[in-house]
Amino acid sequence: MSSKFKNTIGNTFLLYLPLLLLFISVFNEFDFNYLNYQYFSFNFPFILIFYWSLKRIETLGYGFIFIAGMFNDAVLGFPIGISSLTYLIICGFAAYLRNITLRPSLTKDWLYFLFTILFANSINYFLLVLFFSIEINYYEILGNIIFTFLLYYIFAYIFDIYRKILLRIKV
Amino acid sequence: MAASRDDFVIAIRSAFIKKGNKQRFSLIGLIFFSIGLLILSKISFPVTNYLKITLNEIVYRSSFIVSIPEKKIQDLSNKIKDHFNVYNDYLLVKEKIKILQSKKYNTQFLEEENKRLKKTINEYIYNSEELVAKVLIDKNSPFLKSIIVNKGSKDNVKLGMAVLDQSYLVGKVVEVNYSTSRVLLISDLNSKIPVGIEPGNIQSILTGTGRINGKIEYLETDISIEDNSIVYTSGSGGLFKPGIPIGTYYQETEESYEIVNFFSKLSQLTFVKLVSFDESKN
Repeated sequence: MSSKFKNTIGNTFLLYLPLLLLFISVFNEFDFNYLNYQYFSFNFPFILIFYWSLKRIETLGYGFIFIAGMFNDAVLGFPIGISSLTYLIICGFAAYLRNITLRPSLTKDWLYFLFTILFANSINYFLLVLFFSIEINYYEILGNIIFTFLLYYIFAYIFDIYRKILLRIKV
Repeated sequence: MAASRDDFVIAIRSAFIKKGNKQRFSLIGLIFFSIGLLILSKISFPVTNYLKITLNEIVYRSSFIVSIPEKKIQDLSNKIKDHFNVYNDYLLVKEKIKILQSKKYNTQFLEEENKRLKKTINEYIYNSEELVAKVLIDKNSPFLKSIIVNKGSKDNVKLGMAVLDQSYLVGKVVEVNYSTSRVLLISDLNSKIPVGIEPGNIQSILTGTGRINGKIEYLETDISIEDNSIVYTSGSGGLFKPGIPIGTYYQETEESYEIVNFFSKLSQLTFVKLVSFDESKN
């Protein structure tokens, strides 16, 4: 049954949907900023990269993550390479967690994600402010970190369901 | 103890150095490559500048296309809001037109008088060249407040050009590519504009707050400014011509800093004017 489903357009789409989402999110920066709620924004690429690096890195691939980071820099007007570095740090943390985890648990992943984004954003902030002298509002960053952390649980739950579908059709 | 350290080293090595399943690049290689790019960007290495310009050209256009569905949803929500507010807006506009009509003749007279007086004292007259540009990307990022417009070096856009929405200042050009440019909005934390506050021609610097307004900085403590005073560009530094309106001043409380509410709604920009000025003597 499963072989029947292999290599169809639908399956290829399902397989590459997270990658497609990553590129759409860096091009589009959809973080609901336009709602104009003060301090409400979240970093969807962080959630996507951490989850898929942890569970199934071949879906995204380090090369594509690097390119997505460069695109994100171009959209936001940051120095080229800064988002790539941040994304790859997240990949590194996720890969380390993957290697040491015997029994995966969403709550542990969630808490580890908080530590990861705190570290990644600190590097990002340090480079932007001290290395490139770009002023950034750290309350905005803090809001971004909190909402990214909170929303990770919801998105991870959705991605878990999605991953089960991928496993069922064996793409 | 040694065993747990070994486990840590193995896990780190496996995570960063080994290429994963179906991976062409190792993580550590790409991290070093990113750091290299950052260092080259910092020293403005020519190759990275070309890379940046090429990347910008591709990304801005792609981003514009990808953003179309989100923009449509945003437009729709704005339209619905407008429909609900139409009657109140009508009354407000009617009232404003009355006031403006009475002011119009006064302004015309003052403009002519100003020109005559400038000629008399041999003051500079500013010639300006305008270029209308479409806003391609308006991301309202939490980190940087900037927009991308569809005019670049091929249209003679220069760094530092003033960007106006109707006659109000909204930002300045900070990056020029071949067919696109980035405009840093006046609401960005990194934006610093020399301004004059009327009445009184009080000189100061307007800084963005990273939100929808700006704040007045480097103002002497003994100067008091009335609420609803108008903030204009002062022309200091020679980048902008003096007298471009920016917003209205007010101070929330005695302790809080001075806020400037911009005349233009920076999140609703669709077309802007890129303006360059040059001074000429009479």
